[in-house]
Amino acid sequence: MGNMEPAHVDGNAAVGMFAEAFRTDVSAAVVTCASCGRSGRFADRHVYDRGPGLVARCPHCGEVNARMVRTPTDTWLELHGSTSWRIPTSPT
Amino acid sequence: MGVVTRGFVGRRDPATAQLPPGQYLTPDFPVLSAGPTPRIPLDQWRFTVTNETGSEHGWTWSEFLELPIEQPTVDIHCVTKWSKLGTRWQGVSLDTVLGPVQTRASYALVRSYGGYSTNLPLADLRGGKAWIAYRYDGGDLPAEHGGPARLLVPHLYFWKSAKWVRGIELRNDDMPGFWETMGYHSYGDPWRDQRYAGD
Amino acid sequence: MTQSAAQRPVHWLPARVSDLREETATTRTVVFDVPDWPGHVAGQHVDVRLTAEDGYQAERSYSIASPPDGQRVELTIQRVPDGELSTYMVGEMRVGDEAELRGPVGGWFVWQPEESDPVLLVAGGSGLVPLMAMVRERSRAGSAAPFSLLYSVRSPEVVLYAEELARRARDGDGLNISLLYSDSAPEGTARPVGRIRPDDLAATGLPGGSGARAYVCGPTAFVEAVAGLLADHGYDPSSVRTERFGPTGG
Repeated sequence: MGNMEPAHVDGNAAVGMFAEAFRTDVSAAVVTCASCGRSGRFADRHVYDRGPGLVARCPHCGEVNARMVRTPTDTWLELHGSTSWRIPTSPT
Repeated sequence: MGVVTRGFVGRRDPATAQLPPGQYLTPDFPVLSAGPTPRIPLDQWRFTVTNETGSEHGWTWSEFLELPIEQPTVDIHCVTKWSKLGTRWQGVSLDTVLGPVQTRASYALVRSYGGYSTNLPLADLRGGKAWIAYRYDGGDLPAEHGGPARLLVPHLYFWKSAKWVRGIELRNDDMPGFWETMGYHSYGDPWRDQRYAGD
Repeated sequence: MTQSAAQRPVHWLPARVSDLREETATTRTVVFDVPDWPGHVAGQHVDVRLTAEDGYQAERSYSIASPPDGQRVELTIQRVPDGELSTYMVGEMRVGDEAELRGPVGGWFVWQPEESDPVLLVAGGSGLVPLMAMVRERSRAGSAAPFSLLYSVRSPEVVLYAEELARRARDGDGLNISLLYSDSAPEGTARPVGRIRPDDLAATGLPGGSGARAYVCGPTAFVEAVAGLLADHGYDPSSVRTERFGPTGG
């Protein structure tokens, strides 16, 4: 059952949860990793989402770029592993 | 009490009557992780306890295997709501590990290979309540479940039982770990439903 | 989605069963009247909590089947083996019984009538429920957005909302419905029995890049398979929204 599935999914699996904080689809956002300095789409992050919260890691160096936790009352978001996010403006 | 639902009894067989609030029994052993499974060659594995003054006590794998071993059988409760009863482990009691360590610290920060961390009061590691476990269910602890060795602190939610443990820092102040800085409860008693900060 | 709907705090609200509808042998729609309901959007879900007389509580999440309608919230519940809530709600619950609802939850897997782009809905089994809320909302709001529903289901006996789907299919009105039987089909069904295939997507006339948005809901394995088919069909991941039913359906 749970034991044999791949350890991570890609950023697309996390887009829904991140939309609740960012109010937009961030799959095309360009994330610059604070650890290795490389940039890439959020959709390409390695996402670990089978735990107490969600962890999005740089596909190049494996360091954490973002974390998110949904509690009954709040969404917690932590981005210190990202130097920047560039989110395309969506048409209204 | 507020709303009561007429005629609702719930699943109350004797096994589930032992569960903390909000938990359900699982027949398997879910693998939950914040990152890729670290692979630590045993000849490079180290476990280090550092006290509040910075002095260290460390063990290599072969030294660790020489420590007296216990065989706790315990119930475990994950904050994602699954519980597993009667899990069988083998490992070294934290009372043994902390034996040679001089400390007046009140808190511990547990660190893992791969970067994970979790905090708890030092008192919750003592008194036969915690182990560094390296065997599970009669075999070596699999890497996906935290092998070569993990912390086992079953009286708290299982996110405190840090996988791939590499060391414990004893501290005078309580420093929140990986999930505790992200809205999870600093202590995490499943019997008081202490899942999130403020519960 | 409106600013206020996204930011409203969610806490447990008393709810009373106002109606019940048997849908199939194992599925029932429970209609709740929720006096303080803040409103919801098609596609969202809700947590239901039941409390026994001795204080024991259990809670589960269910998709909302009804479009926004004041303080009325409809849930279609499938009884699962050993399901702690579903066994009670499908077998025992009566009009007048009380529960608590927390929500609505979910800001991403939603559709609102302001959106006029074509929509492809792909449902696996009871994954139809939140998509049906969208179909019903489209109708309630008089939207002309083209909708295509692909509903993968094992056999005719377990089709949810069978009469309503047949009626809506007859009405046409920019809504296309295809039932994809995976185990057994009625006599004379043209499509060979089996799981959803690339042909099924092709038949909708909504390839990727056509401006359509896809919503996929069902068991995890179904959703992942369909997401793959959609990618092969040219759908950019940003045009595909998914909701997976995890193992804790009960």
